Amino acid sequence: MAEARVLTIRAFRHDPADQGSVPRLQDYTVTEEPGMNLFTALHRIRDEQDPSIAFDFSCRSAVCGSCGMLVNGKPRLACRTLTRDLPALIQLMPMPVFRLIRDLSVDTGVWFRGMNGRIESWLHEARPFDPTAPEERMDQATAEKVYDADRCIECGLCVAGCATAAMRPGFLGAAGLNRIGRFVLDPRDTRSAADFSVLSTGEGVFGCLGLLGCHDYCPKDLPLRERFAYLRRSLAWNLLGLGGRKR
Amino acid sequence: MTVDTRETDVLVIGGGLAGERCAVEAASRGRRVLVVSLVPPRRSHSCGAQGGMQAALGQVAKGYGDSPDIHFADTVRGADWGCDQDIVRRFVDLAPVAVRQMAAWGVPWNRVVPGRRTLPSGESVEERPEFAGLIAARDFGGTAKWRACHTADGTGHALLYALDGQVLRLGLEVLDRTEAVALIHDGGRCHGAVVRDLRTGALTACTARATVIATGGYGRLYGASTNAMINDGTGMVIALDTGVVALGNMEAVQFHPTALAPQNILITEGCRGDGGHLLDRSLHRFMPDYEPARAELASRDVVARRMTQHLRAGHGVEAPGGAHLWLDVRHLGRAHLETALREVTGICRTIAGLDPVTALIPVWPAQHYSMGGVRTDPDGRVPGLAGLYAAGEAACWDLHGFNRLGGNSLAETLVMGGITGSAVAADLEAPAAPPPAELAASCVGVQEDRIRRFASGTEGSECVHDLRRAMEGILLEHAGVFRTGAGLREAVDALADLAGRAARLGPRGGRTSAAGGADPETSAALRLPGQLRLAATIAAGALAREESRGSHFREDFPRRDDARWLVRTLATWEPGAQGPSLSYEPVRVTELPPGDRGYGEGSAGGVKRG
Ligand SMILES: Cc1cc2nc3c(=O)[nH]c(=O)nc-3n(C[C@H](O)[C@H](O)[C@H](O)COP(=O)(O)OP(=O)(O)OC[C@H]3O[C@@H](n4cnc5c(N)ncnc54)[C@H](O)[C@@H]3O)c2cc1C
Ligand code: SF4
Ligand code: FES
Repeated sequence: MAEARVLTIRAFRHDPADQGSVPRLQDYTVTEEPGMNLFTALHRIRDEQDPSIAFDFSCRSAVCGSCGMLVNGKPRLACRTLTRDLPALIQLMPMPVFRLIRDLSVDTGVWFRGMNGRIESWLHEARPFDPTAPEERMDQATAEKVYDADRCIECGLCVAGCATAAMRPGFLGAAGLNRIGRFVLDPRDTRSAADFSVLSTGEGVFGCLGLLGCHDYCPKDLPLRERFAYLRRSLAWNLLGLGGRKR
Repeated sequence: MTVDTRETDVLVIGGGLAGERCAVEAASRGRRVLVVSLVPPRRSHSCGAQGGMQAALGQVAKGYGDSPDIHFADTVRGADWGCDQDIVRRFVDLAPVAVRQMAAWGVPWNRVVPGRRTLPSGESVEERPEFAGLIAARDFGGTAKWRACHTADGTGHALLYALDGQVLRLGLEVLDRTEAVALIHDGGRCHGAVVRDLRTGALTACTARATVIATGGYGRLYGASTNAMINDGTGMVIALDTGVVALGNMEAVQFHPTALAPQNILITEGCRGDGGHLLDRSLHRFMPDYEPARAELASRDVVARRMTQHLRAGHGVEAPGGAHLWLDVRHLGRAHLETALREVTGICRTIAGLDPVTALIPVWPAQHYSMGGVRTDPDGRVPGLAGLYAAGEAACWDLHGFNRLGGNSLAETLVMGGITGSAVAADLEAPAAPPPAELAASCVGVQEDRIRRFASGTEGSECVHDLRRAMEGILLEHAGVFRTGAGLREAVDALADLAGRAARLGPRGGRTSAAGGADPETSAALRLPGQLRLAATIAAGALAREESRGSHFREDFPRRDDARWLVRTLATWEPGAQGPSLSYEPVRVTELPPGDRGYGEGSAGGVKRG
């Protein structure tokens, strides 16, 4: 077996709440192990070298969306980034756009809550729930389509990699647009594309510059490009009165 | 002293499925609700559940004729009769309503497609047209009928996002990155909790007339667990620390046979169901040696025990993270691995960097679910402290007894969350005196003092991460899949020793500010002493219970013993005491008298059917 590599993890360190803290990069060295990913490497560092370094992980398996960061400049989920796919010098920076908490930890939760509140991210149903009745029927193909759009884990990689989001604080981002798509696709939701007033503004689909970094970074491989096209089309039809309106 | 204070009707600690379901119910009955959570609610551990949620709908071919009665019997058998049967009855009757309620809130459940289809086993079934488009179900271990409702492999995600939408709709206030560190109580009534902002380190007294603990499991006490990193058991700790509230059945801990080693990510049972084999260091398939009849497909607890036995006998593969075994799915073929087992294949490739089409998967058993928790009455009220409630995995309602059935815990979070929310709303009808003014301030003061002492570095120089790792190792070794009196006694002593050392924690990071910033080291140091008490409670309960039941397996007492042990363990911890006090209460047997489970070596009569 080849000699194990010695990795240098160069991590951003800063605590904005501490008056004396100056943003800086700190180097740690870790011996690479087979199958090592950035979750393992960062915990090695915290457990064995520096208990004060802050970062966020929860599920460790790319489902909770906690661990986004810039890895050598690209937004990635740290828990699903293998060190063997990276050079021996690994630079870790907090994601831009989101508010920095400290070190590699940023406030994605507050950003997503704000976005979800603005687009009223809950099912707008036509009828109240009747606990004695069987469920409304839905065909499996529709259920799959809705679930496929529901799968976004709100990790924020698409937002961190987006030029518009960096310039325009109110931009919904690919995640927000995808979430609108989820409700438009759901026949149980009374809203059509045109009912989301933000959609036709610069904070909605028309804010997108078409660079589509989001599409490449999404760890869930959501078809974001197709979703934007679908929303633009639905919106145009709705507004021109050509149909596609649920009500 | 002035302290930051917030006041609400209902304080819900935990933003997972149980906490949010309870919050929604109480709020829709007109109560002011505040939710606090370690992470944004959608990142709670609940989002990681993939498989499904049990409810007897009976709408798929392999589920026809299903009923709450059959779900009842499966659950009681699964629990090895260690549960309360009136709770199981209530649960199975309400689970179908909970599934449909979640459909109405937007969960895109998989639906029935009518017509003939071939199952992975090769069996051919006919889905009837009258059920077309209704909610479908899949198979889960330990059940007589297919009743696990699911949204592909993201059931927990879809449930949690739909429910969190309702929280948004009702405009409930949610404080994320906020940790409850102590309950505010006067020995008879709970008045809320002291919470710590994990962004700034600031402490706040949240006073409330009703406080709900919905903090999930404590998997992270164990060195190897499939649970999320945030499942550190602090919700149970703050209940135990009151000295008047009991934790039920803490020795009842479920282990999953196949966690990816060393990452401890769950590798679904489906791999073995579809024909995967377990191999040892000499690539020998060892399960048939132990369980000739069912081999890899014996029940979860049995396979976990056999794997551990084999590892102990030195047949494991040595690796930097510890010895493991192999899961071999190569013979299932690329096509199958990339479709039916897509999730597993994805996890192996992107997280462990190995391709299961050509490589063996390193696995070992790991802690998976906490059956024990804060003991409640049938409506979620916690005996001992008026105004305190618990729900979900953090609670011991007691639906699961000594072994939880897969798919029953998602259903429990929603059913029990709803019941608890309505009990909270109803109880608030009665007037209650506000908490004595100084109480909240003195509770905050106690925590401030702990933070100051740690930050000053004058207590000692023990490293929190070293002690935490030692605790994880002790539980894994002695309170794991196999337990013995001698081992557990050792664990109790070693944990007491660690507790002594934990009184001398000091900061190592150098950046811990005296002002009590929220650096991760301080947070870990505040948690550890309580976690050690929780660990000691698990070990003490397991040591006392001289029988084997469900997932609690004593090598020195390998049989279930209904004459002595058809009881629930209740553990309390007097403030300042060295260990827990244990007492017992009978479990409620209302319908199905204790009998043979039909599987596992610990069941009545010791029938060994695998
Ligand atoms: C890998 C895996 C797969 C699973 N799959 C299934 C399945 O298919 N079907 C099934 O039925 N079950 C499954 N389970 C079990 C199930 O997911 C959990 O039991 C269930 O989701 C627990 O929900 P909960 O709401 O009780 O707790 P959680 O979802 O764990 O939520 C706990 C909440 O409490 C908060 N919290 C914790 N401590 C504090 C504190 N001190 N202060 C403030 N907030 C706090 C957390 O931030 C979180 O919001 C699985 C478990 C695992 C590990
Ligand atoms: S769309 Fe993809 S990248 Fe963006 S938040 Fe959702 S999962 Fe993450
Ligand atoms: S830790 Fe959950 S997505 Fe990485």
